[in-house]
Amino acid sequence: MSEFKALDGTGAVAEAMRQINPDVVAAYPITPQTAIVQTFSEFVADGLVDTEFITVESEHSALSACVGAAAAGARVMTATSSAGLAFMWEILYVAASNRLPIIMTNVNRALSAPINIHCDHSDSMGARDAGWIHLFCENAQEAYDTVIQAVRIAEHPDVLLPVMVLFDGFITSHAEERVEIFDDAWVKAFVGEYKPKHSLLDLDHPVTYGPLDFTDYYFEHKRQQVEAMRHAQKVILDVADEFAKTFGRKYGLFEMYRLDDAEVAVVVSSSTAGTARAAVDKLRAQGAKVGLLKPRVFRPFPAQEMVAALQHLKAVGVMDRAISFGSMGNAGPLFLELAAAMKIYDAGVPMADFVFGLGGRDIVPSQIEGVFRSLLQIAETGKVSELVSYVGVRE
Amino acid sequence: MAKGWKDLPIGGMILEAGNSAQYNTGAWRAFRPVRDASRCTNCMFCWVFCPDSSIRVKDEKMVGFDLLHCKGCGICANVCPVKCIEMHDEAEFGGSREMVDEPGRAGGAK
Repeated sequence: MSEFKALDGTGAVAEAMRQINPDVVAAYPITPQTAIVQTFSEFVADGLVDTEFITVESEHSALSACVGAAAAGARVMTATSSAGLAFMWEILYVAASNRLPIIMTNVNRALSAPINIHCDHSDSMGARDAGWIHLFCENAQEAYDTVIQAVRIAEHPDVLLPVMVLFDGFITSHAEERVEIFDDAWVKAFVGEYKPKHSLLDLDHPVTYGPLDFTDYYFEHKRQQVEAMRHAQKVILDVADEFAKTFGRKYGLFEMYRLDDAEVAVVVSSSTAGTARAAVDKLRAQGAKVGLLKPRVFRPFPAQEMVAALQHLKAVGVMDRAISFGSMGNAGPLFLELAAAMKIYDAGVPMADFVFGLGGRDIVPSQIEGVFRSLLQIAETGKVSELVSYVGVRE
Repeated sequence: MAKGWKDLPIGGMILEAGNSAQYNTGAWRAFRPVRDASRCTNCMFCWVFCPDSSIRVKDEKMVGFDLLHCKGCGICANVCPVKCIEMHDEAEFGGSREMVDEPGRAGGAK
């Protein structure tokens, strides 16, 4: 039996964590993630989970504790945001390189300075090369569903990589929605028991994690991480299939909305995809052939699949909630990677980047309609007058 | 030939205990311990304090250094109560890293 509850994104994730019942959670509070581990700590205090909850003095320590616990063979989860993720920086690489299947919810929030607690994607985008799988969620339901799937993805023997589950600070983390919570037993059965192949606590088979790895072996271990990322895409899809069979909701590498017969499309992830869907419907009603592609899996980046979905278009607009300062055109990371993929895989579609929503600046349907109008103009003329524009910034 | 990425344990994990003996840390050494055996009292201070288990012992007597693993830290020379161990610049030995028992040190040192 499923139950429908009024939950915000943090509450939905805390529910998933309660049902997964991880062996260890180590976390440090930071807005807007705090409510996740605060709610979860109540579950610990109330005896609803068996989890060892480790309170620490920083995010660097939080993820370090997670690394130690995961190496000891525990199923481990944590959560953070913004500066917290930045403070975990060194250990992000340690977790991925030691092949520890840690699950972390990162509630996307802008980085300082100036200090800002609201949503943009600069925190996780900055960590995109650390070796973690990145899964973006549009709403609280997707966050709940994705945390459950993340366990299976991370722990798959062909993957063994940490997973970041990402959704928008305050917009998704603190807005209450109708969320379907599955039966505890179903979730327990779906995630199964974690049986690590190598554990520091397996005294009959002692192993060393994280030894010195110099010029003679380090490169080989990085190559292995590449292979794990290559396997991850299939595993993500397999787990999504099994999730759909068990729970009924379908997930893929990305979501397409009214894209098949579209002439222009916007590519945008997370909560803004919902706003974009409304803009698509409005413009469609006026006869404009517009569509949407919502990336879900950002790492590993599904380049060929996205190109296949977009190559029939006359113009593609990427909406980035982050800036890669000093990059080509000072564009956003999603645009840079997708533009490269479109070129490499011979999709001759004009593209432009629309940076928006930094520091939680609102993005409203009329602005996305404006993006579509720019794209329709690019489609008509074949000319991109502005490679990168900033939607909603005051001139 | 060292193994390729397909044949190595993932993440640099070491799956067998005790295999640090296979790592010849003596290759790092800048200073080599040299013992005057005639003055050695076999007190075993060097054996106790050596951080790399590089003091070779036979029949309860100190017989030399495991130069494949000795990093040349000089702790043995420092703790020796009769000061019969001296640290010599590794360059004096012509670059040889062989494991040797005394006397007959590798590299033709005096």
